[in-house]
Amino acid sequence: MSKYMLLIYGNEQRWETISPEEMAEIDAGHVAFQKQAGDRVLAAGQLEPSSTATTVRGDGSAPAVTDGPFLETKEVVGGFYLLEAADLDEAVALSRVLAEARHEHSGIEIKPLVQHA
Amino acid sequence: MAVPEETAGGSDVDALDVGAAVAAAHRAHWAAVLGSTVRITRDLDTAEECVQDAYAQALRTWASAGIPDRPDAWLRTVAGNRARDLLRRESVWRRAMPLLVEDATVPDPQDADESPAVADDTLRLIFTCCHPALSREARIALTLRLVCGLSTAEVARAFLVQESTMAARITRAKKKIATARIPYRVPTAADLPERVSAVCDVVHLVFATGSNAPVGETLIREDLVASAVGLARTLYRLLPVPESIGLLALLLLIDARRATRATEAGDPILLEDQDRSLWDRAMIAEGADLLTEALRSGPPTRYAVQAAIAAAHAEAPSFEATDWAEIVALYDVLLRLWPSPVVELNRAVALGMRDGPQAGLSALDRLAAEPTLATYRYLSAARADFLRRLKRWPEAATAYEEALMLTDNEAERSYLAMRLATISFKRTQAGE
Repeated sequence: MSKYMLLIYGNEQRWETISPEEMAEIDAGHVAFQKQAGDRVLAAGQLEPSSTATTVRGDGSAPAVTDGPFLETKEVVGGFYLLEAADLDEAVALSRVLAEARHEHSGIEIKPLVQHA
Repeated sequence: MAVPEETAGGSDVDALDVGAAVAAAHRAHWAAVLGSTVRITRDLDTAEECVQDAYAQALRTWASAGIPDRPDAWLRTVAGNRARDLLRRESVWRRAMPLLVEDATVPDPQDADESPAVADDTLRLIFTCCHPALSREARIALTLRLVCGLSTAEVARAFLVQESTMAARITRAKKKIATARIPYRVPTAADLPERVSAVCDVVHLVFATGSNAPVGETLIREDLVASAVGLARTLYRLLPVPESIGLLALLLLIDARRATRATEAGDPILLEDQDRSLWDRAMIAEGADLLTEALRSGPPTRYAVQAAIAAAHAEAPSFEATDWAEIVALYDVLLRLWPSPVVELNRAVALGMRDGPQAGLSALDRLAAEPTLATYRYLSAARADFLRRLKRWPEAATAYEEALMLTDNEAERSYLAMRLATISFKRTQAGE
């Protein structure tokens, strides 16, 4: 088994103005995903908007705390699943259950975790 | 090392025969031998080394022991033994390595030529190399390298990149297969249609690159064309679905005209000037039969419609007798299945042949704003040809100059330059 991080990306402005119908469809996708993935989901979460983010970074010396996200982009990570799967095909098949995989304003990035011996 | 004892015997085998036999076995069985070895090593690099060793050993052993009756079985056994040998030696180190995911439910390969297991090994290798999670370039490079057995240098030459660039591309793709765990298996029935499309797309691209080299000195790259036709045959044999049947039909119907597509010097010969008596009639008949089979086995695919267009050309007794009305109608169908500016361009050219150069030119003018065609050499070349037929010399000359600027293929350049020179001559004659 391998571990994969599923990062749900999307256009934050679109997400803020999403219709109740679309929200319900997205919710249904997550319910179906969790039902299918079962205990292969090791962790999951939805993130607050990037306006609530705080960044800690330095210039080689003391780290500074600043308001805002690490990268100022229109498309941000809005949520994630940490998943255990046999292979990439299984991770892809599960991702397809999510409504975010279908909508043009969102998408899912699948990244394998480094396997330490 | 254990080697099957099914050799033909005799110790005086001609070195030339052995070389030819090994080369033939390389062409015919590389993918199957590699596929079955990957099942043992579960690592592409190690498997490749073992298979290369097996072919090298064949050159030596067959010279003294004779060419085996079943070269593929011999090679599979030798490569497999070498792989097990390596695994025993490196088992500790290997446990720490990321391994190819293999479907454990598949039985071991049988030593029968077309046994399901051997077929399955080849298919699994093709589907792994053409996985949609790999970039298109990576898919083509891996397919040529691992399925067709071309060397990295040969693949690099085909795509006109440095060997080191191609080696890095192949290494990166193999690393992704291992670390992202792209499975080594034939996709399930639910995923198959989409995945077959990706495979057919790669085979078609290899063929297109080979039969119309975008850059270089010659128009046709025989090695790529042969690899693509071989792959299409393998796919058809192992997985005869409408898309793969249509693809093989298409490649055969185009390849049947190969001998007449260029002069001995490598210059292109237009369809209307080709010697139709030199077309490979057997290949055209095979392609036409496959086309019928493809159309019978399901709704028309993009490849079947393209094959139908190729058949309309291949079966026309002369250029003048070409059924342009049918070809335009087929392009209309193709546009629905595969909407693309290049298809629209081809349809416009066919329309010009059906309704005259002015109609063709108008159809092409509608494509002028298409950004993807802005630097496409065939748009300028097609416009130039219609303008030439309309005797609009100055505009035709400009269009030929444009096409000349856009092509990097030496053979095409010399053809366009010849047309341009003829037009200058006509302009002088016309006193312009």
